[in-house]
Amino acid sequence: MGAFMFVDTKTQRRASARAAPGPRRFRLGESRGAMGLLFMLPAAAVLLLFLAYPLGLGVWLGMTDTRVGRAGQYIGIENYEMLWTDSVFWTSVFNTLLYTVVASIAKFALGLWLALLLNRHLPFKAFLRAIVLLPWIVPTALSAIAFWWIYDSQFSIISWSLTRLGLIEHNINFLGDPAWARASVIIANVWRGIPFVAITLLAGLQTIPPSLYEAATIDGATPWQRFRYVTFPMLTPIIAVVMTFSVLFTFTDFQLIYVLTRGGPLNATHLMATLSFQRAIPGGNLGEGAAIAVTMIPFLLSAILFSYFGLQRRRWQHGGND
Amino acid sequence: MGLFRKGAEAEAPDGADFLESIPRRVVTLWIPLVLFLVVLLFPFYWMGITAFKSNEELYNYTDFSPFWVVHPTLDNIHRLLFRTSYPQWLLNTMLVSVVSTFLSLFCAVCAAYAIERLRFKGARYVGLAIFLAYLVPPSILFIPLASMVFAYGLFDTKWALILTYPTFLIPFCTWLLMGYFRSIPFELEECALIDGASRLQILVKILLPLAVPGLISAGIFAFTLSWNEFIYALTFIQSSEQKTVPVGVVTELVEGDVYHWGALMAGALLGSLPVAILYSFFVEHYVASMTGAVKE
Repeated sequence: MGAFMFVDTKTQRRASARAAPGPRRFRLGESRGAMGLLFMLPAAAVLLLFLAYPLGLGVWLGMTDTRVGRAGQYIGIENYEMLWTDSVFWTSVFNTLLYTVVASIAKFALGLWLALLLNRHLPFKAFLRAIVLLPWIVPTALSAIAFWWIYDSQFSIISWSLTRLGLIEHNINFLGDPAWARASVIIANVWRGIPFVAITLLAGLQTIPPSLYEAATIDGATPWQRFRYVTFPMLTPIIAVVMTFSVLFTFTDFQLIYVLTRGGPLNATHLMATLSFQRAIPGGNLGEGAAIAVTMIPFLLSAILFSYFGLQRRRWQHGGND
Repeated sequence: MGLFRKGAEAEAPDGADFLESIPRRVVTLWIPLVLFLVVLLFPFYWMGITAFKSNEELYNYTDFSPFWVVHPTLDNIHRLLFRTSYPQWLLNTMLVSVVSTFLSLFCAVCAAYAIERLRFKGARYVGLAIFLAYLVPPSILFIPLASMVFAYGLFDTKWALILTYPTFLIPFCTWLLMGYFRSIPFELEECALIDGASRLQILVKILLPLAVPGLISAGIFAFTLSWNEFIYALTFIQSSEQKTVPVGVVTELVEGDVYHWGALMAGALLGSLPVAILYSFFVEHYVASMTGAVKE
């Protein structure tokens, strides 16, 4: 890429020296800095105003006692001190970590398995790939409603089927019992996340040259060895990217929980995002909600840094040279 | 990347596949694959079938098999369309999604061109910043945004959504388009420069026509993301007439303790259809760009 940049710079300098001057309003084009600024302006305006500023405002709000409809006063770290002794907050931290870790591992394992299956010789490959992605396309809030009905305490189709098979005697109270509720929301999240992981890893699998497998097979490698010593090392960079996204989105998940349980029963499924919503919007306590949201930032940063450094070392595997 | 991606997919992925016996193939491939498909698609089947069940069938598992619908009825859909604000929600979602998609595409094209082709001083860092912006989740932004929306008098208007959705659409589209622009040869641009074209002319007449597949995928993605958005719409909108489909279905179709499961499922089904149909037309673009955006 460096070489290209060099060529581009030179050519452009030459071009602007020789070509007839354009219409007056494009004079700016002679300075790439000014030109770049002009082109960046719309995106930068929106992102600075509605992303960077609110991010800072959120940190500030976390240090105030702002309520809905009333400007707050600076109270320092009082919100955080309150959260420190708040058992509901710690429950939500525990839930969020549990939810993220279990769901991410499950999504990764199942997604990788599905990707490996779809990478084999199959009829209707394109069609299969298309329908596998469906859970990821459909609005989460709407598919969560389908899960809500599947998990219904009285008319759950799962309970009914298991009863018919003679495996259980009473309906399972999927969303009413703390342990079941945790498992249920994790399953729904995994269901939605598998397609994303699978399809992305599938794309990674397709960049692995078949000759590597042929060579390994001729050398007598077993299928497991082929996976362990060919597929997996070649796939690590893309795994790092996919899992960063997956962890990030799982950690900050909101809609699934909001639709299925709203944090209940007994706060057993309250994530940090849902707790912050509940305290801030229905509870009216914007300051405290913002403080909870801010406590999510260190977790997110460490996830990003972890994968960033994981990626750096392995760029050669992608055909790059830096 | 974008232009060369197709070729790789045509190649045989596993060189040793022919060595496998048929029974082994059934156990290691077909059984797990069918299980995956059943689990992934069952909620949609269940959604669809519930939407067409009448109430007596819906709650009576002893006389009717729950897996099939004996007397399909359109009552639920009728109820949804004529006795709730559902059509209005569809219209709102459509309007908000289309406007914010086009707004974001415009911003993203300019930004991607500036970062990838003008290569102004610091372009690399701006590119990185855009990527990081994509990683900022809405769940930590909605509270400060809510207070801003309130302060600017945008609360309970579609503008609140149209202006906030680009915060996650622009970074994504820019990142995706940067990849596409990168795959277009520099030489074309250089020729145009030598022929005396201005930067704007190059962008409009050379780069954009070549990047149409990228624009389509970015557009579909942006549309789908805005259609699916939930937390901003839930926070910034209060009145029923302004709600979007996901929020409307979740908050308005449940009356007290009475769940109209048929209508809820019909609402979920109809709300999923537009994105599913759009997706089915452009599925190849979608898959290619999704994998491409992550691969960059």
